[in-house]
Amino acid sequence: MLSGRLALLSFVMLAAVSVPAHAATIRITIDKLTFSPASVSAEVGDTVEWVNKDALAHTATARNGDFDVTLPPSKTVSSVLRKAGTVDYYCRYHPNMRATLTIAP
Amino acid sequence: MFKHIGATVVVLCLASSVALSQGAKLSDPQIAHIAYTAGEIDIKAAKQALDKSSNKEVKEFAQGMVRDHEAVNKQALALVKKLHVTPEDNDTSRALSKQASEKLNELGKLKGADFDKAYIANEVAYHKTVNGALETQLIPSASNPELKELLQTGLKLFQGHEQHAEHVAADLK
Ligand SMILES: [Cu+2]
Repeated sequence: MLSGRLALLSFVMLAAVSVPAHAATIRITIDKLTFSPASVSAEVGDTVEWVNKDALAHTATARNGDFDVTLPPSKTVSSVLRKAGTVDYYCRYHPNMRATLTIAP
Repeated sequence: MFKHIGATVVVLCLASSVALSQGAKLSDPQIAHIAYTAGEIDIKAAKQALDKSSNKEVKEFAQGMVRDHEAVNKQALALVKKLHVTPEDNDTSRALSKQASEKLNELGKLKGADFDKAYIANEVAYHKTVNGALETQLIPSASNPELKELLQTGLKLFQGHEQHAEHVAADLK
Protein backbone atom coordinates (compact mmCIF):
# COMPACT_ATOMS: atom_id res chain seq x y z
CA MET A 1 0.00 0.00 0.00
CA LEU A 2 2.73 2.42 1.04
CA SER A 3 4.97 1.34 -1.80
CA GLY A 4 2.00 1.79 -4.11
CA ARG A 5 1.57 5.38 -2.93
CA LEU A 6 5.29 6.01 -3.27
CA ALA A 7 5.20 4.68 -6.80
CA LEU A 8 2.22 6.91 -7.59
CA LEU A 9 3.97 9.91 -6.04
CA SER A 10 7.15 9.33 -7.99
CA PHE A 11 5.08 8.89 -11.17
CA VAL A 12 3.38 12.23 -10.55
CA MET A 13 6.75 13.88 -9.91
CA LEU A 14 8.19 12.38 -13.10
CA ALA A 15 5.24 13.63 -15.06
CA ALA A 16 5.74 17.07 -13.54
CA VAL A 17 9.36 17.06 -14.60
CA SER A 18 8.80 15.92 -18.16
CA VAL A 19 6.05 18.45 -18.97
CA PRO A 20 7.49 21.96 -19.10
CA ALA A 21 5.58 24.02 -16.55
CA HIS A 22 5.52 27.02 -18.86
CA ALA A 23 4.32 25.42 -22.11
CA ALA A 24 3.13 28.39 -24.10
CA THR A 25 0.73 28.88 -26.98
CA ILE A 26 2.14 30.70 -29.97
CA ARG A 27 -0.06 32.14 -32.65
CA ILE A 28 1.05 32.14 -36.29
CA THR A 29 -1.34 33.80 -38.70
CA ILE A 30 -1.65 33.10 -42.41
CA ASP A 31 -3.10 36.04 -44.31
CA LYS A 32 -2.84 36.67 -48.06
CA LEU A 33 -0.38 33.80 -48.46
CA THR A 34 1.99 35.10 -45.80
CA PHE A 35 3.01 33.46 -42.51
CA SER A 36 3.34 36.02 -39.76
CA PRO A 37 5.43 36.52 -37.83
CA ALA A 38 7.86 35.12 -40.38
CA SER A 39 10.28 34.13 -37.66
CA VAL A 40 9.19 32.74 -34.28
CA SER A 41 11.04 31.40 -31.23
CA ALA A 42 9.44 28.63 -29.19
CA GLU A 43 10.26 25.71 -26.90
CA VAL A 44 9.61 21.99 -27.14
CA GLY A 45 6.15 21.37 -25.68
CA ASP A 46 4.74 24.69 -26.84
CA THR A 47 1.57 24.70 -28.89
CA VAL A 48 1.35 26.53 -32.19
CA GLU A 49 -2.05 27.90 -33.06
CA TRP A 50 -2.13 28.25 -36.85
CA VAL A 51 -4.78 30.82 -37.77
CA ASN A 52 -5.58 30.58 -41.48
CA LYS A 53 -7.41 33.75 -42.51
CA ASP A 54 -7.31 32.92 -46.22
CA ALA A 55 -10.15 31.32 -48.17
CA LEU A 56 -7.39 29.02 -49.46
CA ALA A 57 -6.05 25.76 -48.04
CA HIS A 58 -2.39 25.85 -47.00
CA THR A 59 0.10 23.61 -45.23
CA ALA A 60 2.91 24.28 -42.76
CA THR A 61 5.50 21.74 -43.84
CA ALA A 62 8.94 21.46 -42.24
CA ARG A 63 11.75 21.10 -44.75
CA ASN A 64 13.46 18.59 -42.46
CA GLY A 65 10.27 16.53 -42.11
CA ASP A 66 9.65 17.35 -38.44
CA PHE A 67 6.05 18.42 -39.03
CA ASP A 68 3.45 18.71 -41.77
CA VAL A 69 0.26 20.47 -40.71
CA THR A 70 -2.71 20.90 -43.07
CA LEU A 71 -4.43 24.27 -42.69
CA PRO A 72 -7.99 24.28 -44.11
CA PRO A 73 -9.46 27.59 -45.38
CA SER A 74 -10.60 30.05 -42.68
CA LYS A 75 -9.81 27.59 -39.85
CA THR A 76 -7.52 27.49 -36.81
CA VAL A 77 -5.45 24.36 -36.22
CA SER A 78 -3.22 23.60 -33.21
CA SER A 79 -0.10 21.49 -33.14
CA VAL A 80 2.44 20.75 -30.40
CA LEU A 81 6.16 21.19 -31.07
CA ARG A 82 7.91 17.88 -30.34
CA LYS A 83 11.49 18.42 -31.50
CA ALA A 84 14.09 21.12 -30.98
CA GLY A 85 15.86 22.84 -33.85
CA THR A 86 15.76 25.68 -36.31
CA VAL A 87 13.13 24.62 -38.77
CA ASP A 88 12.44 26.24 -42.13
CA TYR A 89 8.91 25.48 -43.17
CA TYR A 90 6.80 26.24 -46.26
CA CYS A 91 3.43 25.59 -47.84
CA ARG A 92 3.36 22.56 -50.16
CA TYR A 93 0.59 24.11 -52.27
CA HIS A 94 2.33 27.50 -52.57
CA PRO A 95 6.06 26.94 -52.08
CA ASN A 96 6.67 30.71 -52.16
CA MET A 97 5.16 30.85 -48.64
CA ARG A 98 8.14 30.39 -46.31
CA ALA A 99 8.93 31.04 -42.65
CA THR A 100 11.10 29.84 -39.76
CA LEU A 101 10.48 28.37 -36.31
CA THR A 102 13.33 28.26 -33.81
CA ILE A 103 12.50 25.61 -31.21
CA ALA A 104 14.63 25.50 -28.06
CA PRO A 105 14.92 22.18 -26.17
CA MET B 1 1.00 28.88 -75.75
CA PHE B 2 3.57 30.94 -73.93
CA LYS B 3 4.68 32.52 -77.17
CA HIS B 4 1.08 33.11 -78.20
CA ILE B 5 0.14 34.84 -75.01
CA GLY B 6 3.46 36.67 -75.02
CA ALA B 7 2.36 38.10 -78.33
CA THR B 8 -1.00 39.02 -76.82
CA VAL B 9 0.69 40.87 -73.99
CA VAL B 10 2.75 42.79 -76.51
CA VAL B 11 -0.38 43.62 -78.47
CA LEU B 12 -2.08 44.59 -75.24
CA CYS B 13 0.84 46.88 -74.36
CA LEU B 14 0.63 48.51 -77.77
CA ALA B 15 -3.13 48.81 -77.55
CA SER B 16 -3.01 50.30 -74.09
CA SER B 17 -0.29 52.76 -75.02
CA VAL B 18 -2.51 53.90 -77.85
CA ALA B 19 -5.42 54.06 -75.45
CA LEU B 20 -3.30 55.89 -72.87
CA SER B 21 -2.43 58.55 -75.39
CA GLN B 22 -6.16 59.14 -75.69
CA GLY B 23 -6.45 59.48 -71.92
CA ALA B 24 -7.87 55.98 -71.32
CA LYS B 25 -6.50 52.77 -69.85
CA LEU B 26 -7.61 49.25 -69.03
CA SER B 27 -10.77 49.78 -66.96
CA ASP B 28 -11.63 48.00 -63.71
CA PRO B 29 -14.54 46.10 -65.35
CA GLN B 30 -12.12 44.89 -68.03
CA ILE B 31 -9.43 43.98 -65.50
CA ALA B 32 -11.94 42.05 -63.41
CA HIS B 33 -13.03 40.15 -66.52
CA ILE B 34 -9.46 39.27 -67.49
CA ALA B 35 -8.56 38.07 -63.97
CA TYR B 36 -11.73 35.98 -63.70
CA THR B 37 -11.16 34.49 -67.16
CA ALA B 38 -7.57 33.61 -66.29
CA GLY B 39 -8.84 31.62 -63.28
CA GLU B 40 -11.57 29.89 -65.29
CA ILE B 41 -9.04 28.81 -67.90
CA ASP B 42 -6.87 27.16 -65.28
CA ILE B 43 -9.87 25.39 -63.73
CA LYS B 44 -10.83 23.95 -67.13
CA ALA B 45 -7.28 22.77 -67.74
CA ALA B 46 -7.20 21.15 -64.29
CA LYS B 47 -10.51 19.37 -64.89
CA GLN B 48 -9.12 17.94 -68.11
CA ALA B 49 -6.07 16.72 -66.17
CA LEU B 50 -8.26 15.12 -63.47
CA ASP B 51 -10.07 13.32 -66.29
CA LYS B 52 -7.04 12.14 -68.18
CA SER B 53 -4.14 11.71 -65.76
CA SER B 54 -3.48 8.76 -63.49
CA ASN B 55 -0.36 10.29 -61.91
CA LYS B 56 -0.95 10.97 -58.21
CA GLU B 57 1.18 14.10 -58.05
CA VAL B 58 -0.34 15.56 -61.21
CA LYS B 59 -3.86 14.87 -59.94
CA GLU B 60 -3.09 16.49 -56.59
CA PHE B 61 -1.70 19.52 -58.35
CA ALA B 62 -4.80 19.77 -60.55
CA GLN B 63 -7.08 19.44 -57.50
CA GLY B 64 -5.19 22.33 -55.92
CA MET B 65 -5.72 24.47 -59.01
CA VAL B 66 -9.47 23.84 -59.00
CA ARG B 67 -9.70 24.51 -55.26
CA ASP B 68 -7.63 27.72 -55.28
CA HIS B 69 -8.99 29.29 -58.44
CA GLU B 70 -12.58 28.54 -57.49
CA ALA B 71 -11.97 30.18 -54.10
CA VAL B 72 -10.35 33.27 -55.62
CA ASN B 73 -12.97 33.65 -58.35
CA LYS B 74 -15.65 33.43 -55.69
CA GLN B 75 -13.96 36.30 -53.86
CA ALA B 76 -13.63 38.21 -57.12
CA LEU B 77 -17.35 37.83 -57.86
CA ALA B 78 -18.23 38.96 -54.34
CA LEU B 79 -15.99 42.00 -54.76
CA VAL B 80 -17.35 43.10 -58.14
CA LYS B 81 -20.87 42.72 -56.77
CA LYS B 82 -20.00 44.85 -53.76
CA LEU B 83 -18.36 47.47 -55.97
CA HIS B 84 -21.26 47.39 -58.47
CA VAL B 85 -18.80 46.60 -61.22
CA THR B 86 -19.96 44.49 -64.17
CA PRO B 87 -17.01 42.54 -65.63
CA GLU B 88 -16.64 43.58 -69.24
CA ASP B 89 -15.48 41.24 -71.99
CA ASN B 90 -12.54 42.56 -73.98
CA ASP B 91 -9.92 41.60 -76.53
CA THR B 92 -7.46 40.26 -73.96
CA SER B 93 -10.06 37.99 -72.33
CA ARG B 94 -11.13 36.77 -75.76
CA ALA B 95 -7.55 36.07 -76.85
CA LEU B 96 -6.82 34.20 -73.60
CA SER B 97 -9.94 32.06 -74.01
CA LYS B 98 -9.23 31.30 -77.66
CA GLN B 99 -5.68 30.16 -76.96
CA ALA B 100 -6.80 28.16 -73.95
CA SER B 101 -9.35 26.21 -75.96
CA GLU B 102 -6.73 25.49 -78.60
CA LYS B 103 -4.44 24.18 -75.86
CA LEU B 104 -7.24 22.00 -74.45
CA ASN B 105 -7.66 20.42 -77.89
CA GLU B 106 -3.95 19.89 -78.27
CA LEU B 107 -3.57 18.30 -74.83
CA GLY B 108 -6.72 16.26 -75.41
CA LYS B 109 -4.89 14.25 -78.05
CA LEU B 110 -2.11 13.19 -75.67
CA LYS B 111 -2.09 10.26 -73.25
CA GLY B 112 -0.31 9.02 -70.14
CA ALA B 113 3.10 10.47 -69.31
CA ASP B 114 3.06 12.59 -72.49
CA PHE B 115 -0.11 14.28 -71.33
CA ASP B 116 1.22 14.76 -67.78
CA LYS B 117 4.40 16.45 -68.98
CA ALA B 118 2.63 18.66 -71.49
CA TYR B 119 -0.04 19.69 -68.97
CA ILE B 120 2.49 20.61 -66.29
CA ALA B 121 4.80 22.39 -68.77
CA ASN B 122 1.83 24.44 -69.90
CA GLU B 123 0.88 25.20 -66.29
CA VAL B 124 4.39 26.62 -65.68
CA ALA B 125 4.20 28.71 -68.86
CA TYR B 126 0.62 29.83 -68.29
CA HIS B 127 1.20 30.98 -64.72
CA LYS B 128 4.35 32.83 -65.83
CA THR B 129 2.40 34.66 -68.50
CA VAL B 130 -0.46 35.58 -66.18
CA ASN B 131 2.04 36.76 -63.54
CA GLY B 132 3.66 39.00 -66.13
CA ALA B 133 0.30 40.46 -67.15
CA LEU B 134 -0.69 41.00 -63.49
CA GLU B 135 2.58 42.75 -62.65
CA THR B 136 2.97 44.93 -65.70
CA GLN B 137 -0.64 45.55 -66.77
CA LEU B 138 -3.49 44.61 -64.49
CA ILE B 139 -2.21 45.72 -61.07
CA PRO B 140 -0.80 49.07 -62.26
CA SER B 141 -4.02 49.80 -64.21
CA ALA B 142 -6.48 48.93 -61.44
CA SER B 143 -8.09 52.03 -59.90
CA ASN B 144 -10.12 50.54 -57.08
CA PRO B 145 -7.86 49.79 -54.07
CA GLU B 146 -9.79 46.63 -53.13
CA LEU B 147 -9.53 45.30 -56.66
CA LYS B 148 -5.81 46.13 -56.68
CA GLU B 149 -5.37 44.28 -53.39
CA LEU B 150 -7.20 41.20 -54.67
CA LEU B 151 -4.99 41.22 -57.76
CA GLN B 152 -1.88 41.47 -55.58
CA THR B 153 -3.00 38.43 -53.58
CA GLY B 154 -3.77 36.77 -56.91
CA LEU B 155 -0.22 37.47 -58.04
CA LYS B 156 1.25 35.84 -54.94
CA LEU B 157 -1.08 32.85 -55.47
CA PHE B 158 -0.14 32.48 -59.14
CA GLN B 159 3.56 32.75 -58.24
CA GLY B 160 3.02 29.96 -55.72
CA HIS B 161 1.30 27.82 -58.33
CA GLU B 162 4.14 28.46 -60.76
CA GLN B 163 6.69 27.21 -58.21
CA HIS B 164 4.48 24.24 -57.36
CA ALA B 165 4.20 23.37 -61.07
CA GLU B 166 7.98 23.65 -61.42
CA HIS B 167 8.42 21.13 -58.56
CA VAL B 168 6.00 18.72 -60.22
CA ALA B 169 7.75 19.17 -63.59
CA ALA B 170 11.09 18.33 -61.98
CA ASP B 171 9.58 15.18 -60.40
CA LEU B 172 8.16 14.05 -63.74
CA LYS B 173 11.62 14.01 -65.36
CU1 LIG C 1 -0.37 27.89 -49.29
